[in-house]
Amino acid sequence: MHAALTILRKDLGIEWRTREGLSTVFVLAVMLLVVFAVAHDVPPDEAPALAPPVLWATFVLTGLLGVQRGFLLERENDCLAGLLTAPVDPAAIYAGKLAANVVLLGAMQGVVVPLVGLFLHVDMVPALPALVLVLLLGNVGFSALATLFAAVAVRTRAREVMLPLLLLPLVVPLLIGAVVATRAILADGIAAARDGLTVLAAFDVVFVVAGWLLFTYVVRD
Amino acid sequence: MADAAPPIHARGLARAFAGVPVVAGVDLTVGAGEVVVLLGPNGAGKTTLLRMLALLVRPTEGELALFGTGGRVAPPELRRRIGYAGHESLCYPDLTAAENLTFYARLFGVGDAPARIAEMLAWAGLDGAGRRPVRAFSRGMAQRLALARAMLHDPDLLLLDEPWSALDPAAAAALTERLAALRAAGRAIVLTTHDVPRAAPVATRVAVLARGRVAWSSEGPIRDVAAVEAAYAAAAGARP
Repeated sequence: MHAALTILRKDLGIEWRTREGLSTVFVLAVMLLVVFAVAHDVPPDEAPALAPPVLWATFVLTGLLGVQRGFLLERENDCLAGLLTAPVDPAAIYAGKLAANVVLLGAMQGVVVPLVGLFLHVDMVPALPALVLVLLLGNVGFSALATLFAAVAVRTRAREVMLPLLLLPLVVPLLIGAVVATRAILADGIAAARDGLTVLAAFDVVFVVAGWLLFTYVVRD
Repeated sequence: MADAAPPIHARGLARAFAGVPVVAGVDLTVGAGEVVVLLGPNGAGKTTLLRMLALLVRPTEGELALFGTGGRVAPPELRRRIGYAGHESLCYPDLTAAENLTFYARLFGVGDAPARIAEMLAWAGLDGAGRRPVRAFSRGMAQRLALARAMLHDPDLLLLDEPWSALDPAAAAALTERLAALRAAGRAIVLTTHDVPRAAPVATRVAVLARGRVAWSSEGPIRDVAAVEAAYAAAAGARP
């Protein structure tokens, strides 16, 4: 736990200082939202139905970038070797990197959600508490899987392509669950979102545990 | 510190990458208070051997026991006893030198970390640059920081890959002096270099690697630099 917190603190400290990850992710998110809003020129009364898929597609695409950057930090100057020579369980490294990704993507969600509401004419405020739950579950599940695969991708030559190739097929169940839950919450409240939330929770448990157990085999030679 | 088992006991250590053998059956035993210098031309397998000893690269064949502990999974306590400096600094470019050492001090559980960090920065001649980001460091400054990082937790076994590279004469002399002091304090050290005269004052043993194997080794300290350089030159003729 101490090691995980130390790594989380280090990652957030670097991000706070450089703001490279956040600024890149924010700019990409805004651009994607603009593209989606313009490409789907739907009437205002139909736009709310578009909000959930736009929100989560934006999250996944920008999240890929954010998570990848988190591991590029460890690649520069062979810092990952520094972590691996430390008396630290690799699972703690995973936990620290996962927590840092959740915080980074959470900050991105904090910007993307109001923008989706603005561009697609959806009043998110009444559904906000339930929406926060979906966003958190979606964020943790995506980050759990992406953190694991980013550690794989960063060691390969075609790392920019490898992460999306590995991640996107596996993230489909999460994407479906998140879109279903978000749509249900915006239309009928949290009670209607039970199925989507169950999928998200199950996804989170499976991939957090898988990441925790498998990370050591991914990062160690 | 009072282990019966030697810091390093390796038998038939081998490693191949994509089917190409890089280290091909190295036997090496290093006791406490020994400084073993690995010489060899580029591609001889020195760095891979050192990374295997640092538990960063898994051998494809052979046995490795550090302080009597072998097996596939090294316990964290074992890693705490090892210090490693590689070709790169292992330090985050966007953190300052002091922040990097603080980060590693936390991971390694260094007691009285602020005092130890100040001591290591002073040793590395970086006490005036401790608040500068590593990205702004010259190659030599980054190397001094890398060495300070490797020695920060006072490891019982120090593994250094070309530690004198990029150092100015004063820093190189300070490193030689430090290594001699660590040797006297019973620490085991394995280092790679191409600089035989530089290594001569601290070495208790020399091994020349060629094509992943020990091509020549000395029985004791370097008494005749020219003879060692001749062995090294002969091995260099066996460049892969």
